[in-house]
Amino acid sequence: MHYLDFESAIQEIDRKIDDLKSKASLDGGDVADELERLNRKLGHHIRLAYHRLTPWQKALVARHEGRPHTSDYIKALFADFLPLRGDRAYAEDRAVIGGFARFGGRTLMVIGHEKGHDTETRLAHNFGMAKPEGYRKAVRLMKLAEQYRVPVVTLVDTSGAFPGMEGEERGQGYAIAACTDACLNLRVPVVSVIIGEGGSGGAIALAAGNRVLMLEHSIYSVISPEGCASILWKDGKFASKAAEALCFTAQDLLKLRVIDDIIPEPVGGAHRFAAEAMEAVRAALQKHLADWDKATPDALVHQRQEKFLDMTRLGAAE
Amino acid sequence: MNWIKSIRRRPVAHNKDKAKDIPDNIWDTCPGCSGMLYHAEVEKSHFICPHCGHHFRLAPLKRLDMLFDDGQYTLIQLPKTADDPLAFHDLKKYADRLKEARKKTKNQDAFIAAHGKIGGHSVVVGAFDFSFMGGSMGCAVGEAIVTAVQLALLQEAALILVPASGGARMQEGILSLMQMARTSVAVDKLKKRRLPYIVVLTDPTTGGVTASFAMLGDLTLAEPGATIGFAGSRVIEQTIREKLPPNFQKSDYLLEHGMIDAVVPRSELRGTLIQALGLLMPSRKG
Repeated sequence: MHYLDFESAIQEIDRKIDDLKSKASLDGGDVADELERLNRKLGHHIRLAYHRLTPWQKALVARHEGRPHTSDYIKALFADFLPLRGDRAYAEDRAVIGGFARFGGRTLMVIGHEKGHDTETRLAHNFGMAKPEGYRKAVRLMKLAEQYRVPVVTLVDTSGAFPGMEGEERGQGYAIAACTDACLNLRVPVVSVIIGEGGSGGAIALAAGNRVLMLEHSIYSVISPEGCASILWKDGKFASKAAEALCFTAQDLLKLRVIDDIIPEPVGGAHRFAAEAMEAVRAALQKHLADWDKATPDALVHQRQEKFLDMTRLGAAE
Repeated sequence: MNWIKSIRRRPVAHNKDKAKDIPDNIWDTCPGCSGMLYHAEVEKSHFICPHCGHHFRLAPLKRLDMLFDDGQYTLIQLPKTADDPLAFHDLKKYADRLKEARKKTKNQDAFIAAHGKIGGHSVVVGAFDFSFMGGSMGCAVGEAIVTAVQLALLQEAALILVPASGGARMQEGILSLMQMARTSVAVDKLKKRRLPYIVVLTDPTTGGVTASFAMLGDLTLAEPGATIGFAGSRVIEQTIREKLPPNFQKSDYLLEHGMIDAVVPRSELRGTLIQALGLLMPSRKG
């Protein structure tokens, strides 16, 4: 387990628990009481740390390497996953993964950014930073979902679209614009969940859904706090200040009416209790998908487009 | 709503609102060839350097003057949006930055729009003001584009957008990101009605603007030498730790890579637009 800097008390107790357990397994002593005491203390400190995370702490939690990624959700929540690969134009971009799968007895299309979980997979998935071919693949999969009239679930987890020469050569701007546009025009339900990091244009390309949900400690921002700090404060060190200013937490975004719902995480975060967090996402997906079961294709497009058009407008329906 | 803000005719001879990035004196230095240019000469030649063809950045009103028939058009009143919706402050308050930009540009935000005729065709034109906080797109610009689209729909007019923008306006956080989706929805409405949507990319067009409405035109033109891209070249150089080719993200580079339809010098822009409008809306003339 990787501990974040505000988790030092938790780390200390975890270490004591481990020591106690290994000592007990060596000398066979009875440590049950002490273990219970430590576990209570652990729970207390987790609650203390997670009771009120600052925006910067939320950014750290949202990016935590142990946080479940799209591939974890696919394994845990979706059956019969049939991966679909390639954009049919240039390459297979593993920063975006997706395919048909079964969820709650129905077929649907699941598409998400994948960051990878160790050095090898992180490189293979380009740390979840998609190139144009990744967005073109996403469009292809969305259109397939439309062809089969099955809903689309998108899982958003990216620091942003890949900023590189090859991305520009192959039309990163157009690819993102076309993907956002495809998402906005789909004639099937689209439910998007920000599961970790929602980084700028690379995120919204997959997040223009009928419903946009966020896990409690995920973030969704126009720019990373580090990037914002280096531009506006002229120094990346002010990232925590930028994090306050940018209002990118799920709680902020619900207030700003940019997202539709928050999915609660277990106290201590999705990285500590992955299975519970993923079950919460399952429940939320079931609920929100069911809401669109009877909607006509026209109504789906209308609701999605008008929802975005109304955002940020003065005097829009409260 | 009241659409009309003011009716403008092309000002003759020396007018007062000079292009914002051109110094207010008799001689200008060309950023392209470092040549000394007589200001009145530059102004007469569409703000193009007569020696090297460098296109100076153009103030939005100048752009409108150049595009509409007889330089005549009606500025549209753009809707109010929340000033500073996040109460954002960095080293400076966003509210103060806004105040300064408004004072400097005499504009409410980074976008103006007008309707009139181009080659006899009904057209709504929206142009960015790069001197207003880098032409960045926040709620006001997004709402202005939505409004320009609504007017084009009402008048069965074509829409021509002329971006010059560093991207989304950071100081409006996620709300500026949402403008990418909003503007996409808006221009889609034109497509459904088969009204032409034409984009003229100018220097510079980057970030969230490139990744939304600016790349969704039915016809996409660019001015020569304009920088157009998604990621900033400095960010890319840091990522790849290599020098980028000299024409990287320039209009010609985009043309070569299949991202735009044509690079059109400013002096030929009106003609090209008239040709396109004639092909795309022949029965709507008059």
